[in-house]
Amino acid sequence: MSEKIKFTIDGKECFAEKGANLIEAAKENGVYIPTLCHLEGVKPAGSCRICNVKINGRPMTACTTTLIEGMNIENNVEDIQELRKIIIETLFVSGNHYCPACEKSGNCELQALGYRFKMLVPRFPFEFEEKEVDAEAPKIYIDRNRCILCKRCVRSLKTEDGKSIFAVQGRGYKAMINIDHELAMNMTDEEATHAMDTCPVGSILKKERGYYDPIGSRKYDKKPIGSEIEQIVTN
Amino acid sequence: MSSHIQNIIEKYGKDATRLMDILHEAQAKEGFISDEVVKEIASQLNISKVDVEQTLTFYHFFSKKPLGKYTIYLNNSLVSHMMGREEVAHAFEKVTGTKFGSVSEDGQFGLYNTSCIGMNDQEPAAIINGIVFPKMTTYRVKEIIKAFRAGESVTDMINSLGGGHNQSDLVHSMVTNNLNRRGAVIFSEFTPGDTLKKINSISPKELIDEVKKSNLRGRGGAGFPTGLKWDFCTKTPGERYVLCNADEGEPGTFKDRVILTERPEMVFEGMTLAGYAIGAKLGILYLREEYRYLEKQLETVLLGMRGKGLLGRNIAGKEGFDYDIRIQFGAGAYVCGEESALIESCEGKRGEPRNRPPFPVQVGYLDKPTVINNVESLCSVVKILEKGAEWYKSMGTKETSGTKLLSISGDVRYPGVFEVEWGITVQEALEMSGAMNVKAVQVGGPSGRLIGPNEFHRTICYEDLPTGGAFIVIGEGRKILDVVKNFMDFFIDESCGSCAPCRYLTVILRNKLNKIMEGKGVASDLDDLVNWGKQMKVANRCGLGQSAANPILSSIENFRYEYEAKIEKGKDFDTRFDLNKAIQESSRAVGRFPEA
Repeated sequence: MSEKIKFTIDGKECFAEKGANLIEAAKENGVYIPTLCHLEGVKPAGSCRICNVKINGRPMTACTTTLIEGMNIENNVEDIQELRKIIIETLFVSGNHYCPACEKSGNCELQALGYRFKMLVPRFPFEFEEKEVDAEAPKIYIDRNRCILCKRCVRSLKTEDGKSIFAVQGRGYKAMINIDHELAMNMTDEEATHAMDTCPVGSILKKERGYYDPIGSRKYDKKPIGSEIEQIVTN
Repeated sequence: MSSHIQNIIEKYGKDATRLMDILHEAQAKEGFISDEVVKEIASQLNISKVDVEQTLTFYHFFSKKPLGKYTIYLNNSLVSHMMGREEVAHAFEKVTGTKFGSVSEDGQFGLYNTSCIGMNDQEPAAIINGIVFPKMTTYRVKEIIKAFRAGESVTDMINSLGGGHNQSDLVHSMVTNNLNRRGAVIFSEFTPGDTLKKINSISPKELIDEVKKSNLRGRGGAGFPTGLKWDFCTKTPGERYVLCNADEGEPGTFKDRVILTERPEMVFEGMTLAGYAIGAKLGILYLREEYRYLEKQLETVLLGMRGKGLLGRNIAGKEGFDYDIRIQFGAGAYVCGEESALIESCEGKRGEPRNRPPFPVQVGYLDKPTVINNVESLCSVVKILEKGAEWYKSMGTKETSGTKLLSISGDVRYPGVFEVEWGITVQEALEMSGAMNVKAVQVGGPSGRLIGPNEFHRTICYEDLPTGGAFIVIGEGRKILDVVKNFMDFFIDESCGSCAPCRYLTVILRNKLNKIMEGKGVASDLDDLVNWGKQMKVANRCGLGQSAANPILSSIENFRYEYEAKIEKGKDFDTRFDLNKAIQESSRAVGRFPEA
């Protein structure tokens, strides 16, 4: 039996197994820590920075934090929420997130966070350049104007022999996701669907079929992101 | 061609962690790395093509396109601008017939901007095919381009040799040391090999204790106690490594250049002592590509040390202490000076800082416990072992012992390296270097602080004004906003792009600064700069991202009046919006043409 540890989030007493990931442990305790880059079972990137929390007073990303006994975590506090909102807004202006026409609308985690954080309009001007769309692969295409560089695809989508299908190219604000065209040639339908589902936004899209559910019955159409976690009743 | 690539890859044991070396050698052959070569490397290393490209495209000096027979990188740092870069750049463009960022039509000349190349004491400086050309003038530009056109080689154009080892056949460089002040530690008397022999009479633990006792703190700027770092590293079992951080990329610092020129043995001996202390078998000197001109000397020194039994097996006669050093070249990325990014780069990857914890002393190079020390810290260790911790502690301040190399540049009469005891005041440093009509000093480079005369009484040490050594003096005639803009452009160019705020907020802040500089700023823009800039400190993973707004924040704090002078008085609405520009695309679509 693994050891249980106690920690607090915004004063609420929480429990987890020793060595648990903070985002995942919070979820089990009914606390939602927003994130865009974290993917359970995949090495954390700590790149979107939205899961910033304060641990014993210090800002840290929750996704890269392994819990230890007695950690005192601040999640729903004003300065952290403001920082998260700022990051969400920078992501909105960094590309072209035209929600109403996007195939991922309603299933998009960025859009859902925009709603959750009551973003009416980003405070920042739209001044980033247009990026190239890569539609060379037979089953998927990547619209880099909707990419937020969470690197979920880079970290989790590999070939059977472990080769990267996606990787980052360039650096800074010019960084973008590249597809290995040769490896993408052999992607199956299933893999293409998985790739689209892995992408939190509408950047990796399956060709020929934009969406499965009509607007109104998609994941975040009725309830805000995170609410499914917050409904969990813990003892 | 493919057999050539194959040879390179076999030389590195088909090891993908040596991708940096492989790319360097592949590029040396043709001057760039073609798509074919990328494919070949990927297939030989059995990784995907995008994996090769993700490393290749991360680094400034790697290129997928030809860079010209003569590849000219002109320093774009603040001090380069202060010393007349503009007219030199213009001359280059005029005589080569090409613009910066491109290659001339005949394929002869490629002109590129580059971040600080560590020559702030002799600007404007350029690197042409690996050779440093300091103190460029328009005359010199015309002269060398004319000579290149006449078929002369780049080495033919070396028309003077700097002092010290720059004059040796191994370095043979026009770079001058400008070692304006020798202190008691780094640039005092030094006999190579003597101190290293002391390992026969001191145990690794005793060495660590001595370094701890000396109070030596990391000289890269962060100031972590060196002895403690070593001690932590020994706590994690397994193979261990020593990395020496010689990637000094902070604009305004150039002290490691002088150490590596004049005291290479001391650096390697310091690395060897670190290896002895933590029980490592391999040390890696991570050297910035900008200092490639020192390679021959450094490799020769390593060879000599191996020959004398100071590297290799049973070092200095110490039975069982086997240790060697290799040099790893970077390829133009400031962020690789961050220790975990440096590790990633050594492993052939993009230089993206890692998430911490775990710290490198636990999980470092090849996921093994690793100590990373600055060049100057390692040199200090040699002297600490030679003369003792008590001697070392007798210099400096209460909490910061020893000496510090200051790299002083900008509006001073004597730019160069000054070895001083910690605790010197800013004012004293200014007087020492012959500063004239000083308006501001950038202490610690762009990631440090921009201070005005009201802080010149402060002392340089960890308990007051810490610094990695960059000290840029800004004279009365300069505009603070020009300084800030140069630094912001630098951070934008050098952001690895991993953290969202660093990737985009830097650009947003710079654009807002531009708006103010263009005279279109309103009062609320200043508040925005402060409020958004503050977020950078908490929002990003590494020191680069966390300090990327420092130029804006510290200049608003100390020179707010220069911003306010540019703000449109009495206006609180945004005047930047350009209606005609905004509707250009739709106007074109419907065939209407508003005035441009």
